[in-house]
Amino acid sequence: MAQRKLHGVHVPHRKHTADLAAVDMGCPAMVTIPMSMHIGAPAKPLVKAGDTVTVGQRIAEVGGFVSSPVHASVSGKVKRIEDVLISSGRKVPAIVIESDGLMTRCPDLKPPVIENQADFLQALTDSGIVGLGGAGFPTQVKLTVKNLSQIEAVIVNGAECEPYITSDTRTMLDNPKLVLEGARLLQKYLEVKRIIFAIEDNKPQCIAKMQEMCRQETGMEVASLPAMYPQGGEKVLIYHTIGRVVPEGKLPLDAGAIVINVTTLASIARYVRYGIPLVKKCVTVDGGAVKTPKNVIAPIGTPMADVFAFCDGFVKEPKKVLYGGPMMGIAVPDLNQPILKNTNAILALDEEEAKLPPTTACIKCGRCIAHCPLNLMPAEIEAAYERQDVEALAELKVNICMECGCCSFICPARRPLVQTNKLAKAQVMAYLKAKQAKEAAKK
Amino acid sequence: MSLIVSTSPHLRSRTDTASIMRDVVIALVPAVIAAVVIFGLRSLLVVAVCVAAAVLTEFLYEKGCKLPVTVGDWSAVVTGVILACNLPVTIPLWQAAFGSIVAILVVKQLFGGLGRNFANPAIVGRIVLFLSFSKTMTAWVFPDAVSTATPLAVMAAGGKLPGLLDMFLGVKGGCLGEVSVLALLIGFVYLLVRQVITWHTPVAFVGTVFVLSWLLGGDVLYALNQIMAGGLMLGAVFMATDYATTPSTNSGRLIFGLGCGILTVLIRQWGSYAEGVSFAILFMNILTPYISKWTRTKPFGGVKA
Repeated sequence: MAQRKLHGVHVPHRKHTADLAAVDMGCPAMVTIPMSMHIGAPAKPLVKAGDTVTVGQRIAEVGGFVSSPVHASVSGKVKRIEDVLISSGRKVPAIVIESDGLMTRCPDLKPPVIENQADFLQALTDSGIVGLGGAGFPTQVKLTVKNLSQIEAVIVNGAECEPYITSDTRTMLDNPKLVLEGARLLQKYLEVKRIIFAIEDNKPQCIAKMQEMCRQETGMEVASLPAMYPQGGEKVLIYHTIGRVVPEGKLPLDAGAIVINVTTLASIARYVRYGIPLVKKCVTVDGGAVKTPKNVIAPIGTPMADVFAFCDGFVKEPKKVLYGGPMMGIAVPDLNQPILKNTNAILALDEEEAKLPPTTACIKCGRCIAHCPLNLMPAEIEAAYERQDVEALAELKVNICMECGCCSFICPARRPLVQTNKLAKAQVMAYLKAKQAKEAAKK
Repeated sequence: MSLIVSTSPHLRSRTDTASIMRDVVIALVPAVIAAVVIFGLRSLLVVAVCVAAAVLTEFLYEKGCKLPVTVGDWSAVVTGVILACNLPVTIPLWQAAFGSIVAILVVKQLFGGLGRNFANPAIVGRIVLFLSFSKTMTAWVFPDAVSTATPLAVMAAGGKLPGLLDMFLGVKGGCLGEVSVLALLIGFVYLLVRQVITWHTPVAFVGTVFVLSWLLGGDVLYALNQIMAGGLMLGAVFMATDYATTPSTNSGRLIFGLGCGILTVLIRQWGSYAEGVSFAILFMNILTPYISKWTRTKPFGGVKA
């Protein structure tokens, strides 16, 4: 008997900013743009200290097949290129630009000429667009499909299941035409027959808006999904819209689907129409410590501190500051961290929200198992990890964990289950790799 | 400004171990009230002694071993109340306290404390008392101080049972917390609503006893009496659903309940004891690691290695 719906948890929504249209914060004094704001090889800088740059100018080129170019988000002078620590723990070069406050647009920017699929993919590469839902996977790589008939459906991810975040909501409400144009581009150049806008039912305005957009279109539909975390997880979304299972180690395409974030789609349309690469980002600014929560359009590379200042600063001392939502967001060490391409929210949590609960003994209640969307057994994984049994970890399939955090969220003993999963994953990946190498050597 | 850096998630559900244990205690309140109504105020005294002994034992053990003191998680309170519910109201208080000490010290703490014990502490406490002090553990006294037999003993001897309504409300001989089926069902519903337990084990357990009793006894009335008699409801709702000593998947819980049901009927029909629930649960506790192994979930999209 097939499972009808995957498990998950009910998180508080806290979408305080859903009705607030995005406001442009203007020009920061300085931006720091890391060369790695995407999955894959870091971009290679094309400028050096002292160079003058303009908005939209390409300042770094792709560093490999899976990579993305980087563009200046302000006009001004390159101050220096320095190594910065990014959230993955790696050090990558970053281009620091001192703004001249003019936001002069690069004179070379013009809409790309697109006649076929190859042109379209080239345009995507040039646009610097990456997956804006959070992962930051270069979009041209995702949409490079050899056999177009393999695509049965493109699922436009507007689920936005993380608490607080409303930047995708604002994309759908503020720029619905761009979303629609993006969808039409996919129909035209990737011959997509079915496009599904997948939206959680806690956003009825977005559902209504996208339904209105789809009315005149063929091959486009809206799927209203129950508000459940992690509804927006790729595998979850594919299963809940077209009922397909993405097998372990395979891509969504192997299940006939491509999932693309709704803001990514709008950004593609914006580039194709105006020739403006990805230099600004709408981010939700919220959390108990923030004075005036807002949706802010900020140039990429803007220090978080400036964005918080634009939201009238803090009412309480922030104790924890996050890139992204509270379920999968990454905590930062200081407020100098820049807005990245794939930043959809920055949250400043107050003392109460940031408090780390004490961990107590596992009571074997099974909640982590009952709520795992991928039917994993976090409690057993934790036990196997503690006794360093890599074989058991591989058997328990910790490698397919998407790190959504449901297990840690629901654990009444407050055990750091997803953290253990991450550590265990690394071990299992190494183990499987070694095993494969051994088998290959045998042959 | 110094910021906390920790891994996601940065949000936790409100339910914690203490709130779960507190919910179990709340779910037991109707049964304790019923005990007071049926057997009198001494029921409360027995409950108080069991709880105090359980909490004190845990506190002293943890202090003595220089371990973090965990009595704030309410789990020792739960053990105390459940053990009290498994005792006749006339039990000498020192024996009640002894049961709690065995449950907490031997069964729970010596195996590593909360979540690490393989057997249900209250059940072992009850069994130890039952085997050590058979006389006081089977002295069934009614509110009017008349000695009586439990319905299971009556059925075994072929005597006359109380009516179905009395069986349901709890006007019958038995341990102080097991007699009122109504009160236990109220607790069951509360635990379901609060999502403390799932329906699987209790329904499989009681359902199995009902069906097998019907088949073996030949009529529905007999089967109904079987499921309302003895410690079945108390065991199925509060002891066969103990997290640490039962499987943590729903399919495992069904198997656990089924096994408990079969064993209970076997003991009741052919064993030398009139009551089989606690032995059935204890036996299934021992099988739990195996059931857990057989009933692992299938990872979504997982490919066999």
